[in-house]
Amino acid sequence: MTAAAKSLDNPIPPNSQLAQGHLLGIEGLNPLEIAYLLDKAEGYVDHNRQVDKKLDLLKGRTQINLFYENSTRTRASFELAGKRMGADVINMAVEGSSIKKGETLIDTAMTLNAMQPDILVVRHDQSGAVNLLAQKVDGAVINGGDGSHEHPTQALLDALTIRRRKGTLAGLTVAICGDIAHSRVARSNIHLLNIMGARVRLIGPPTLVPKSFERMGLEVHHDMRKGLKNVDIVMMLRLQMERMQGSYVPSTNEYFHFWGLDYEKLSAAKPDALIMHPGPMNRGVEIATDVADDIDRSAIREQVEMGVAVRMACLEVLCDQRQPR
Amino acid sequence: MSGLTAFINARLMDPASKLDAKGGLIIKNGKIREIIKGLDVPQVPYGAEIIDCEGHVLAPGLIDARAYLGEPGQEQKETMATASQAAAAGGITTIAAMASTDPCVDEVALVEFVSRRARDTAIVNVVPTACVTRGRKGEEITEMGMLAEAGAVAFSDGHRAIGSAQVMRRALAYATGWDLLIIQHPEEPSMAASGAMNAGEMSTRLGIPGVPSIAEVMMVERDLRLVEMTGGRYHAACISTEASIKAIRQAKDRGLPVTCSAAAHHFALNELAVGEYRTFTKVSPPLRSEADRLAVVAGLEDGTIDCIVSDHSPHDQEAKRLPFAQAADGSIGLQTVLPLALELHHTKQVPLMRLLDALTRAPAQMLGLPSGKLAEGAPADLILIDLDMPWRITESLFLSRSKNSAFEDRPTQGRAIRTIVAGETVFNLNEG
Repeated sequence: MTAAAKSLDNPIPPNSQLAQGHLLGIEGLNPLEIAYLLDKAEGYVDHNRQVDKKLDLLKGRTQINLFYENSTRTRASFELAGKRMGADVINMAVEGSSIKKGETLIDTAMTLNAMQPDILVVRHDQSGAVNLLAQKVDGAVINGGDGSHEHPTQALLDALTIRRRKGTLAGLTVAICGDIAHSRVARSNIHLLNIMGARVRLIGPPTLVPKSFERMGLEVHHDMRKGLKNVDIVMMLRLQMERMQGSYVPSTNEYFHFWGLDYEKLSAAKPDALIMHPGPMNRGVEIATDVADDIDRSAIREQVEMGVAVRMACLEVLCDQRQPR
Repeated sequence: MSGLTAFINARLMDPASKLDAKGGLIIKNGKIREIIKGLDVPQVPYGAEIIDCEGHVLAPGLIDARAYLGEPGQEQKETMATASQAAAAGGITTIAAMASTDPCVDEVALVEFVSRRARDTAIVNVVPTACVTRGRKGEEITEMGMLAEAGAVAFSDGHRAIGSAQVMRRALAYATGWDLLIIQHPEEPSMAASGAMNAGEMSTRLGIPGVPSIAEVMMVERDLRLVEMTGGRYHAACISTEASIKAIRQAKDRGLPVTCSAAAHHFALNELAVGEYRTFTKVSPPLRSEADRLAVVAGLEDGTIDCIVSDHSPHDQEAKRLPFAQAADGSIGLQTVLPLALELHHTKQVPLMRLLDALTRAPAQMLGLPSGKLAEGAPADLILIDLDMPWRITESLFLSRSKNSAFEDRPTQGRAIRTIVAGETVFNLNEG
């Protein structure tokens, strides 16, 4: 066991995924670990608002961002986080790489591993692909989103945003609305909010929010007005266009009519309810433009800001676990 | 004028409250105001118009959950005006219009069109249904939530089965958001496609390609699994085989939200009626064996079959005067569904109250309608039935624009002699 894991101010238990040097999902983390990551991140929020943002905590470390799926904000956020922490960062996109030439996931992992990276940030369209890859490499692996499984840093940045606005997570009622069935953001948030003592409601059409989620101890609502009643937080999810042409949902028109967030539906929530969205938004599909841009209610841009701080904290904690400074 | 109408000297029969008693009722402003057992003239309020029922059955108006009304698109076969006149003469006060029109009712504007045409031209209530899938193609689900808000009472692709299990699964699941009803035409499409009548000895003799009866139970059983998985409210329309009735009986025993209906021709005729290639007896699903027909009667008797429908399918001569397999499917039925049901009462196979239940309370409950019952405050949609009047079903009596009845020249017994919609008499045999 590393020295850091034993220190008093470090709540990471030896069997935790963090202690192994990976952040693959929120599931399995304990409340103290989450609070620890959030506390660390909190410190980087102010730091990131300074003119000089450069630190040297990860000086000499190599970070590879391996993205099998298109991404703008997550990749940029991880890249900035790594660079601000002082690491050397390279981005590998699937476009134009040997992956397009048919290399398997594990072969790519082994190849990259041979280059001795300290941190691999991986996004993949298949659930479980990041876990598989983590078994094959020596460096720290951060899940940047795998299929419909988990997107842990998104849940952490959402939690930080809520905590800064509301002071706490425990006892809040959070509504997550939209395509829950296919959303890794929803799954990670459900885990995190459950762990931290918030109440979670899921809202959406039955095809996208099956009743089976009730077995996870959550409330499922198909009527958005009922589901939003007295909630503290409204988390909207992005709806993939291909799911709205009659397979899961008949049309964008019907979707917005029943599950799009507008002021009329929002009026059921608490007057100071916070509106969140992981982006990118489909304006007029899952959220009305005026709601999304409401500076008093919407935390959407703040979420992006918190993303960099949270990722800096994750990089720091994982590197500490592997090789304490 | 007090605006009151009193029906006296009637045999009140109301399946919803299990009422079967001598009495009468008073209506005002299109609603039932009071039900009085043993009502006679002294109890009638001053100034009320009095209608003497002469001991006949006064029941809720019939609700037909499945009829094709021609509009929009096939006005040469039927219109809401002509269909509603036929319905009134048949004792039907509410018709659920099938969505399989041209264009089919898969958009809000079409639901509104059906409601508007009904209001402007029909003399009975017409409530719209809408398609489950866009263009009835069986691929993409329709905007069910908004269609329901616009007034669609149920969802069905008409005489076309939803063949894809995945699409049916999604439709049933999506519909649970508003507790909407999905109506299936239960026929495995790949097995039914080439057939024109029931597969069996008769089809073999006639040399007509057959639809095997298992094509129905295969689809019913598949759908029941999906209902169990999704919790969606499901109705199997016009079931015709012993096996599928058994499957639904078992599903109901398991507590699934399932209902089914039988068309009058499936308990009044069997495959022998096809005779010498009579295309008026070509219906979908086809007329079945005598064993199947008896199973339909038994299913009605024990309530496994919730509703009786007309499955009114008007076709002009161009669609029916063709070689059997090329002729269109369907028989008209609005004027004959009640007398054919009453035949089962006269033969003592099904109690009268159960028959009326299958024509009033059951479809009303299934479609979420306020009518179908004799209750204070309910719409004054009523019929007076002469249970015993003998008559012959003849073409000259048909008010529908099309005359393709599978029951032409059939002697029968009993009929509606007066039909009242929202307090207004829309059919009166004695003044006809």
